Amino acid sequence: MKELTMVKPKPVTVVSPWPERLLLAGCWLALLVTLSIIVAILADVMVDGLPRLNIKFFTSYPSRRPEDAGIFAAWVGTIYVMILTAAMAMPIGVGAAIYLEEFARPGWFSRFVELNISNLAGVPAIVYGLLGLQVFVRWFQMGESVLAGACTLTIVILPVIVVASREALRAVPRSIREAALALGATRWETVRDHVLPLALPGILTGSILALSRAMGEAAPLITIGALTYVAFLPVSPLDSFTVLPIQAYNWVGRPQPGFAQNAAAAIIVLLILLLLLNGIAIVLRSQLQRRYRL
Amino acid sequence: MRRRDQRLTAAKRTRERIVVTLLALSAVVSVGITFSILLVLGLESYGFFQEVPLWRFLTEKEWSPSFYDKRFGIIALASGTFLTSSIALIVALPISLLLAIYLSEYATPQMRNFLKPTIELLAGIPSVMYGYFALFTVTPLLQKFIPSLPAFNALSPGIVLGFMILPTITSLSDDVILSVPQRIRDASYALGATKLQTVFRAVLPAARSGIISACLLGLARAVGETMLVTIAAGQVPVFTLSPLSQVQTMSAYIAFVSLGDIPWGSLEYKASFAVGLSLFLSSLVFHLAGVILRERALRLLRGL
Repeated sequence: MKELTMVKPKPVTVVSPWPERLLLAGCWLALLVTLSIIVAILADVMVDGLPRLNIKFFTSYPSRRPEDAGIFAAWVGTIYVMILTAAMAMPIGVGAAIYLEEFARPGWFSRFVELNISNLAGVPAIVYGLLGLQVFVRWFQMGESVLAGACTLTIVILPVIVVASREALRAVPRSIREAALALGATRWETVRDHVLPLALPGILTGSILALSRAMGEAAPLITIGALTYVAFLPVSPLDSFTVLPIQAYNWVGRPQPGFAQNAAAAIIVLLILLLLLNGIAIVLRSQLQRRYRL
Repeated sequence: MRRRDQRLTAAKRTRERIVVTLLALSAVVSVGITFSILLVLGLESYGFFQEVPLWRFLTEKEWSPSFYDKRFGIIALASGTFLTSSIALIVALPISLLLAIYLSEYATPQMRNFLKPTIELLAGIPSVMYGYFALFTVTPLLQKFIPSLPAFNALSPGIVLGFMILPTITSLSDDVILSVPQRIRDASYALGATKLQTVFRAVLPAARSGIISACLLGLARAVGETMLVTIAAGQVPVFTLSPLSQVQTMSAYIAFVSLGDIPWGSLEYKASFAVGLSLFLSSLVFHLAGVILRERALRLLRGL
């Protein structure tokens, strides 16, 4: 036996023929282009905006002079709207997912709701803006307020949260449910005490991804009439507001070069908030996973 | 003792019923959203089409709602949407296809684990940032090669839009290529095919309808994108098929109207809902076709 293992076969080097090399070269080129675009988009904003970031920029209201203008109202508005959006979108989205995954009997109704949610995911955000304008701003008389903005963003991201939460719930093994039910728990107790905690990391990841999308979204909020010039902080949910992407858009459109820099700086702050949001999600997820491990 | 138990279960049963009702209500919210979209777009568009006949909306070639001589030809806006989204698809398709082939057939697991989330980064970038990039970097760069290119044009946001929909097309195509059964590859190798022949003559044909569906879903996203085209394509509705011209897309018009001071209930206000309805329908067509084709493709592959 020993002699046999001594004889090692020579490694066969397969020389790829040139068409294959060509394909691989194409693949590498595609990768290179994609990665360099990502780097370029980030670098572009950093180079233009970083010199503009200072404390005053965070604590000033917009102004006609680019060097005096700041994003105080915009970043406060973004955080305000996002908290309200999360408070509305997560319970409704997760609730819908729990119903569809754990309670709904398979039949025409659940198929209909499913098809419906899949289609909602394909509706452009700006169309949701028109919906928010007519329903929340006009019919419900909320005005161009933080609340109307949060309601609009809620319906923009609701389908994403439902789909992600359903996937997370589906990943929980059936045996967990059977064990809980066998011990006499009701179906809701089973879901609340056993299925939901296990699915929570997945639900959280999906929801944060959806909320990140909402945070960068300007179009539906412009449509409901969010202001582009706000020189006060929104206090009540019925106050007018602006958000970072809208403020950045407003500055991009101005002719003076100073405003372009402001726009870049506002976008950097938006990115920082996005990173913070995702960082919170990562920490929460790892803690939850440590607590409830299968 | 027995009675107390029964009371407990009765209380539990009530709670159970309340909770399930609440959960069902949240599921019904999504149906409510669909109906209110149809209701709102339908109602306001109906008001619009009372004043502007549908045939004029569909056949006129100019869009000038604020001029004295008002024209409402959706073709002028639709051509802008068509231009930017087709440029996006032309840019995104070859790159996505190469990336998907690389990810599914050539990349090592480590490479894949690094590349997939990196490409997904493109999907997480806010669209205002894409707009900034298109207006201040891509357009000046293009102007070096095409000196006649105006500051606002369809080409630059179209190209950038391509990178925006690239992660969608890549990951959906990658999924489909991965779900082509290994047996098909093995059979091709057994017949003496090289890897390249296997990829192009066995794997890609099997995944073809799945890849087409990925493009349709990417297009649905491109059609609805707003901020990027609002920032970099301009605000002048022109019926043109020249990528060098400035254009206004359907989505950009809606944003444009909302930024101005248009009184509620005016014809222009209603016009933005008619444009919204057209936008909704066109992206729905792509989305539905994509979803249906994708399900069929995946079902077929599972049956192979």
